[in-house]
Amino acid sequence: MISLKGIHKSYVNGKNRLHVLKGIDLEVESGEFISIMGSSGSGKSTLLNIVGILDNYDEGEFRLGGEVIRNMSERKAAWYRNHMIGFVFQSFNLISYKNAMENVAMPLYYQKVGRRKRNLRAMEYLDMMGLREWAHHLPNELSGGQKQRLAIARSLISNPKVILADEPTGALDSKTSLEMMDLFKNINNTGITILIVTHERDIAAETQRIIRLRDGVIDSIVKNGERKKWLSEQVMA
Amino acid sequence: MRFFDLDKWQEIYNALKKNKLRTFFTAFGVFWGLFMLIIMLGAGQGLNNGVNQDMGDMATNSVFMWTRRTTIPYKGFPRGRFFRFNNSDTQALKDNIPELEYIAPRLQGWGGDGNNNVVRNERTGAFTIQGDCPEYFLIDPVRVLKGRMINQLDIQEKRKIAVIGVKVFNDLFTPDEEPINQYIRIQGVYFKVVGMFESKKNSQQAEHENQQIFIPFTTLQQVYNYGDMVGWYSMTARENVPASQVEEKAKKLLKARHSVHPDDERAVGSFNVENEFRKMVNLFTGIRWLIWIVGTGTLLAGVIGVGNIMLIVVRERTKEIGIQRAIGATPASIIGQIIIESVLLTTIAGYFGLVLGVGLLEGLNYLLTQTGADSSMFTNPEIDFKMAVRALLILVVAGTLAGMIPARRAVSIKPIDALRDE
Repeated sequence: MISLKGIHKSYVNGKNRLHVLKGIDLEVESGEFISIMGSSGSGKSTLLNIVGILDNYDEGEFRLGGEVIRNMSERKAAWYRNHMIGFVFQSFNLISYKNAMENVAMPLYYQKVGRRKRNLRAMEYLDMMGLREWAHHLPNELSGGQKQRLAIARSLISNPKVILADEPTGALDSKTSLEMMDLFKNINNTGITILIVTHERDIAAETQRIIRLRDGVIDSIVKNGERKKWLSEQVMA
Repeated sequence: MRFFDLDKWQEIYNALKKNKLRTFFTAFGVFWGLFMLIIMLGAGQGLNNGVNQDMGDMATNSVFMWTRRTTIPYKGFPRGRFFRFNNSDTQALKDNIPELEYIAPRLQGWGGDGNNNVVRNERTGAFTIQGDCPEYFLIDPVRVLKGRMINQLDIQEKRKIAVIGVKVFNDLFTPDEEPINQYIRIQGVYFKVVGMFESKKNSQQAEHENQQIFIPFTTLQQVYNYGDMVGWYSMTARENVPASQVEEKAKKLLKARHSVHPDDERAVGSFNVENEFRKMVNLFTGIRWLIWIVGTGTLLAGVIGVGNIMLIVVRERTKEIGIQRAIGATPASIIGQIIIESVLLTTIAGYFGLVLGVGLLEGLNYLLTQTGADSSMFTNPEIDFKMAVRALLILVVAGTLAGMIPARRAVSIKPIDALRDE
């Protein structure tokens, strides 16, 4: 589903050049549930943004569903983001003046689905998230967990192949965080590939594979079954 | 892009509502620009109408010609001699000047000196008596209210008929009377009224014209013993021939026929309407250009204001645009959105300017006609529909341009940078 080969990315700011990703090689199979960990500045968000075609890369090859994604026109990128990818952000990124239903329906608006039809679909997804009775509330009338479930509903409505979540539990308490992870697991069970960027160990522990980044390279890849072994290594280290 | 999608309008409404005062002031710039443009165009048109109406429907290529005292001795005649045009001059002009379209010899009877010269039963009045040919009414038309004007048979048979102005009718008849086929006595001679007219000019000019009585030119000559005398000429040039050419040729011919020195500039007086008209047309063209330049300048200032505000709006919404792009908005849809917003703002504001401007002009017009203040300088300020449509079109184009730069800017930012914006 996702294939990264020798991905390099640097940010140029005036004379300074910050080399963030220094050759990332990663294969993600369809239907995997993966977390990316690493200290701040390790490049985990940058990696996620490249996979989400929100940012470009300097070197290497990135394939999404077999297609090479490189120097893509903004129009085509928009199509990919709309049809292939669903985003979930730490700060939810909901549109404040649209109610819950309209927020969820937005991706379908860009697919030129009629208003009645897309609102109907949005209601289905709200129902799935247990937010039916909140459909006509504005985002600022919802709790953090509700907002994030709203954002997840929005990311799912266009039937994406991949969900990319950047610190989805960062703004939530631990109980809600675990609820959110259950939700992600359920979504994953329907066959959707999920990539989560997080720095919380218990969150990463809920995923099938943990990718640790350090200074722009992959430090280790740990399968969930080897978690105990990995944990003990952590203790020893 | 679907134009009538509620989400699009919701977004626009929200963006404008967010800062009502700012939206208002921005819109006011455009409103004021169009308002001023409309008022100025209307006022210019009023000035134009006023001056044009002063001339009625008079042919703009006409020339008037009359005799004066000579100023140069010639062929044994002393200076200061007075002479008159006559019927054979009329024929000679017709025969020798092919550029001539219409020529109307004219002769004036009495009137204007306050003596009552026209009588009907016990009513009397002092009116100007004009001897005219049918051609004259092609050169300087009046509005026929009843009956007919003078025709060629009247001229040939020297009929004693009269066409009276409305003022004459008001003075000699009661309002419910039928003037046609009634007789009036003009300086002791009875004339049958065959028509009634009204001036097409305004104010003083109209007043003067409405108290005239037209009788056939030949009748006036014979009945009042003028012989073959012609008072003065009205003439027009054929199409595409400058009136001044006819004026020059006619003068030369008339001078030769009356033994006037060819260099005597004073002996034959003339007035060339075409020259005056052209000056006027040039003046009004100039005024109109000035109005458009100043008006569109004012409008431009307003539109730049809109562009400026749109830049701020785009800046404020950077994150929102980032979100939209992350979930699949194409650059085209974002550009379209911003441009529609800008066009909407300018068009609505401009529309109010248009309506209020036209309203004010109409009100002014009403006041002018009600109070009778519409003078020969200012009549019926108005703007025509075409001009209003043109102004609105300018607005739409200007709104598009005003939205273009901010819109381009909005999509030039990478989605990820837009998302990070706080």
